[in-house]
Amino acid sequence: MSIELKNISKRFGEVVAVDDVSLTVAEGELVALLGPSGGGKTTVLRMIAGLEVPTEGDIVIRGQRMNDVPVQQRNIGFVFQGYALFKTMSVFDNIAFGLKIKKWKKADIADRVAELLKLFGLDGLGKRYPHQLSGGQRQRVAIARALAPKPSVLLLDEPFGAVDAKIRQELRDWLVHLHDELNVTTVFVTHDQEEAMEVSNRIVIFSRGRLEQIGAPREVYEQPRNEFVARFIGVLNILELRVENGVARLHELAFPAHGVAEGQRLRIGFRPYAVQLSPNLGEYRYRATIKHVYFLGVLLRLELETPSGLVLRTRITKDEFTRLKLAQGDTVSFQIREYRVLSRDGDSLPVEVSAVHQTVPFGEGI
Amino acid sequence: MAGIVKRRTVVGTQKSQRGSEESPWVKWLLIGFAMLFCGVFLLLPLINVFAQAFAKGLPHYWGSLKHPDSLAAIRLTLLVAAISVPLNVVFGLAAAWAIAKFEFKGKSLLITLIDLPFSVSPVVAGLVFVVLFGMQGYFGEWLMDRNIRIIFAVPGIAMATIFITFPFVARELIPIMQAQGSDQEQAALTLGASGWQTFWYVTLPSVRWGLLYGVILCNSRAMGEFGAVSVVSGHITGHTDTMPLRVEKLYNEYQGPAAFAVASLLALLALLTLLIKTYLEWRQHREEGASQAAPDPTLPNA
Repeated sequence: MSIELKNISKRFGEVVAVDDVSLTVAEGELVALLGPSGGGKTTVLRMIAGLEVPTEGDIVIRGQRMNDVPVQQRNIGFVFQGYALFKTMSVFDNIAFGLKIKKWKKADIADRVAELLKLFGLDGLGKRYPHQLSGGQRQRVAIARALAPKPSVLLLDEPFGAVDAKIRQELRDWLVHLHDELNVTTVFVTHDQEEAMEVSNRIVIFSRGRLEQIGAPREVYEQPRNEFVARFIGVLNILELRVENGVARLHELAFPAHGVAEGQRLRIGFRPYAVQLSPNLGEYRYRATIKHVYFLGVLLRLELETPSGLVLRTRITKDEFTRLKLAQGDTVSFQIREYRVLSRDGDSLPVEVSAVHQTVPFGEGI
Repeated sequence: MAGIVKRRTVVGTQKSQRGSEESPWVKWLLIGFAMLFCGVFLLLPLINVFAQAFAKGLPHYWGSLKHPDSLAAIRLTLLVAAISVPLNVVFGLAAAWAIAKFEFKGKSLLITLIDLPFSVSPVVAGLVFVVLFGMQGYFGEWLMDRNIRIIFAVPGIAMATIFITFPFVARELIPIMQAQGSDQEQAALTLGASGWQTFWYVTLPSVRWGLLYGVILCNSRAMGEFGAVSVVSGHITGHTDTMPLRVEKLYNEYQGPAAFAVASLLALLALLTLLIKTYLEWRQHREEGASQAAPDPTLPNA
């Protein structure tokens, strides 16, 4: 294992920033720490780096307990959110900094920096100063600087936060390729679920300092362990239902609920993709009006309203929309193909899905 | 004070004026008034200093400066500056670092204390030291027994000067360091740098222009301070007279041209300070750049 966190907690005074988190990252893995801001993910990253000291628990990197090893000796590369480039140094000197500190020979430093400039597409920019670079270039200099001394782990804090949307996409792809090429164990923090899904091998989801779920992108999307994860990864429609005569109901919607006590409340969640539409009013069980159509490119986002006033969010491909000859204002029939019971009896704590009978797993986004 | 901050505000007002345009005569009236005011109250007296200094010709000017008592005053002034400015740099860096990079109780008290010398009359600043270390002061007897002289001697003058110039470097550095945060320092740590290396290679270079600016302001004040120094100096000619005190003494002895000759050195120092200040601001501005990003070449592997 490259990184092991064993029951890590971090308290700042009264505030519990990280609460009993255990986690392992394999050699060469690319892992995303995902969660809303204030979730504790950056604190975990900073503890791995040695910029924060855990209140409890052990941090092990490549088999060595690191708790008492100062940041300078942990052999990690850290990329800060705002990049934190040394603004009084040229690009060359920025990248060379760690090597100079480690007392590399001048010629070796020059070679290593030249190699990195080339690898990072920064050829010819060695003499520039950070303020003369674009956002994307700054980020690459920051990563090059962190990688120059050949760290055993690369840690990135919100690496794509400071660049605009278009460059962000390019940088994501680029980071994936870079990781393929260098194969250095990489952990990055993000609050953007799409970014985490796209870039990482595994996602670690945090909320309020607690680890909610670890898994491959597809795993956390298809088998969210609780409501928080289900809501955070992708869009989710949530219905609060009451069980009557073995059926859970909300207005006209009804789901089978055999064996659930009468009068109990259930929360059901389903993805926008799980709603099937038809212009033929007889085809599916429920009816709704298409209140709004939002154009997203290949996908369209629809807002449906049932006769009783329930609003559901759905997605449909543009081709499908055209094929079905749908338009805003149309009345359609629909069914919910896949759903999941999130909790029951008004329990605010998310309940494991398997605790309730007969659940249909989420399909992949159709 | 706070060169960067000030300059930005000025730019801001210029821009906002474009929106609500005043009639030309209001503009010229204001410009004219400001110019006239500066001319009458600043420029004219400054020119007069040099006019008076050279009133009896160049030989007399040199003669006045080369007078042993004047030379002693110049030497003492340089000595006091040489003591107080480095101390100020050390204190300023430490205080600015503490205030900008740490959260602690009493932080706002510290900031207020740093400003104290600005709000206290220099005479009071001087008197404080007399009350502490003078013959009748709290430590007076103890010091007398050990034959240590502070008041009416160089240590007292240095102390009063340090008190007066206390805020200059710190005040200059605090906003700069606060704006920069500690990310660059943390980056240096992750790259293996020790605390000292981080300070030397990262922190110091990034505040160097602000630091230099604080130093020259501090220096010009250290050399020019009159009130506080006057109280503790004792005016012993040739021993505890600094340049400003020497100017006053000469003037009171009806030696106008000699007084102005020494004064002209102080005026020259002021002009030089302004010149360096302008240069430093220009350098700082150029380095931090109106940082328009360069075009991004195509990404590799993308």
